[in-house]
Amino acid sequence: MAKLVLPFEKSIYQMEETLAELEAKSPGQADDAIRAMRRELVSLKKSIYSKLDPWQTIQVARHPDRPHTLDYINLIFEEFVELHGDRAIGDDRAIRCGFARLGDYRVMLVGQEKGRTLQERTACFYGCAHPEGYRKALRCMKLAAKFGLPVICLIDTPGAFPGIGAEERGQAQLIATNLLEMSRTPTPIVCVVIGEGGSGGALGIGVGDRVSMLEHAYYSVISPEGCAGILWKEANEQTKPLAAEALKLTAKHLLSLGVIDEIIPEPIGGAHRDHREMANTLKSYLVRSIRELRQLNSDELLEGRYQKFRKMGVFLTETAAT
Amino acid sequence: METERGNWTSMNPNGIRRNLATNDRPKRGVPEGLWRQCPQCKSTIFTKEAAARFNVCPECDYHFYLPAKERIQQLLDQDSFEEWFTELRPTDPLGFKDHREYSKRLISEQAKTGMHDAAVVGKGFIRGRPVVLGVTDFAFMAGSMGSVVGEKLTRAIEEAIRLKLPLIFVSGSGGGARMQEGILSLMQMAKVSAALARYDSAGGLYISILTNPTMGGVAASWAGLGDVILAEPGALIGFAGKRTIWNTVRLELPKGFQTSEFLLQHGLIDRIVPRKDLRTELARIVDYCERQRRRAPCSVDDHGNRTSEPFQLF
Ligand SMILES: [Zn+2]
Repeated sequence: MAKLVLPFEKSIYQMEETLAELEAKSPGQADDAIRAMRRELVSLKKSIYSKLDPWQTIQVARHPDRPHTLDYINLIFEEFVELHGDRAIGDDRAIRCGFARLGDYRVMLVGQEKGRTLQERTACFYGCAHPEGYRKALRCMKLAAKFGLPVICLIDTPGAFPGIGAEERGQAQLIATNLLEMSRTPTPIVCVVIGEGGSGGALGIGVGDRVSMLEHAYYSVISPEGCAGILWKEANEQTKPLAAEALKLTAKHLLSLGVIDEIIPEPIGGAHRDHREMANTLKSYLVRSIRELRQLNSDELLEGRYQKFRKMGVFLTETAAT
Repeated sequence: METERGNWTSMNPNGIRRNLATNDRPKRGVPEGLWRQCPQCKSTIFTKEAAARFNVCPECDYHFYLPAKERIQQLLDQDSFEEWFTELRPTDPLGFKDHREYSKRLISEQAKTGMHDAAVVGKGFIRGRPVVLGVTDFAFMAGSMGSVVGEKLTRAIEEAIRLKLPLIFVSGSGGGARMQEGILSLMQMAKVSAALARYDSAGGLYISILTNPTMGGVAASWAGLGDVILAEPGALIGFAGKRTIWNTVRLELPKGFQTSEFLLQHGLIDRIVPRKDLRTELARIVDYCERQRRRAPCSVDDHGNRTSEPFQLF
């Protein structure tokens, strides 16, 4: 598969090629020109990636080489014991659940998976879960709560699957039930948007004590395509960036709106450039969060979770005088 | 959330497509507003007659759009409604702008509907039974949920917990979560659902009534969470919009897809209740659930109406 080069990354790839040529000419040792170019490359990546616009961010979040849940399972967790099926309809491959070991902690992992090969992508509907996926996630979270295991939710979905079967089997109600039950599940829940946070499909495993995002992930009420199609009447190359801008869906925006707790930094040039470094950063965030949350008893935990979401929203209060 | 453009840009609140209304205008000389056309059976009907029948078509039982104010009048005992949290006003936290600024859109929606935002909540009585009632009105930005709708419903739930009263929400929301408030709208789904979890844990009875249309983030949060879920006949109810589904699966949608009848058939709602029967049905369900909790039976007259003081639920 050819490497995907995003339009704004072109200069990075060009410089990398030039550098590789230089290095090939003098193998084993780096002269001043090479060292200078390496420094230049780092600052180029920094300057490009520090000011991505929202539409560029979405392209990075959707990059096919970006680490997915399965990559993090390999890189972060020492063990993963997958638990299949929702005990009702089937086993949704768009949401993977199972016992996992995170350093010294035993946890329940719930992660959305978009797949990488065509076969994987088809099997999990490109990361769009069905009602049975949400039901499976909830039953595993309840299992975790019963035995005091913290829950980690990795969010990465364009949205819940919009299909006939999904509607027939109650997509809306299954998501609703997860929102209600997650708000009162008495065990620590840490949610991280690792790529795409697509609307209700993301929120369906997104109610927790800590909710954070990777630096170049996005989280939105509607996809920019959907929003452009409705408000700009047509989703095209002009309107999609406008919608992405208007929706305020980047990690920085969400932090300033009080919706997320932290922005987890990505390697220079994005997570797709260095899976291992990204995994290490994510791992230390997860360990730290669980360590903090385990200090709280379950009343404190649930009260904190309730107040976290209770505060969200912006409105005005008209005083009687006016 | 998934939003059906067709629901609110090409239709007026009565569900009449504008082009239909102009093509089949009633006979000349008849003042506008006296007559309306039923979008289902296409017959031209006398507005007053429809109004006298709960805004239902006398020919085919099509349920017309009902403003929140009239909904409240139909469900509650006369003049028993006490509206709460009227001081809450929407604002424009994202500085959202498409062809129009959201702040300006809000002003024109407010002028058009006489409402500050899409939800009305408060307390009232249904045949003497005290309840907390919340209604979303399709006329205000398709009944979509932004911060004010989420906050009003959450406060209503918290009051229902404090007052130990049954809770009834009537949804009419084509838009689901309101795009113009971005992620904050999405978070209202979690906020209201978390409040409903507390209400549930406290033992409260929540009845959700789905009306045309209930879609997206509203269906995927509070509207889908009733202990008992009722729907009016023929309402459009679902998660994703039909256009989105068609664009994804490219299959012909089943007949009656995403209607109340379809949901009943698939086991997703408890009952379909015609509008004229809702009040009776609500009183009956409240009685079933609260009587089990009461120490002393209440006294009723020959018609089954309660004559003793209203009691508290849980
Ligand atoms: Zn009719």
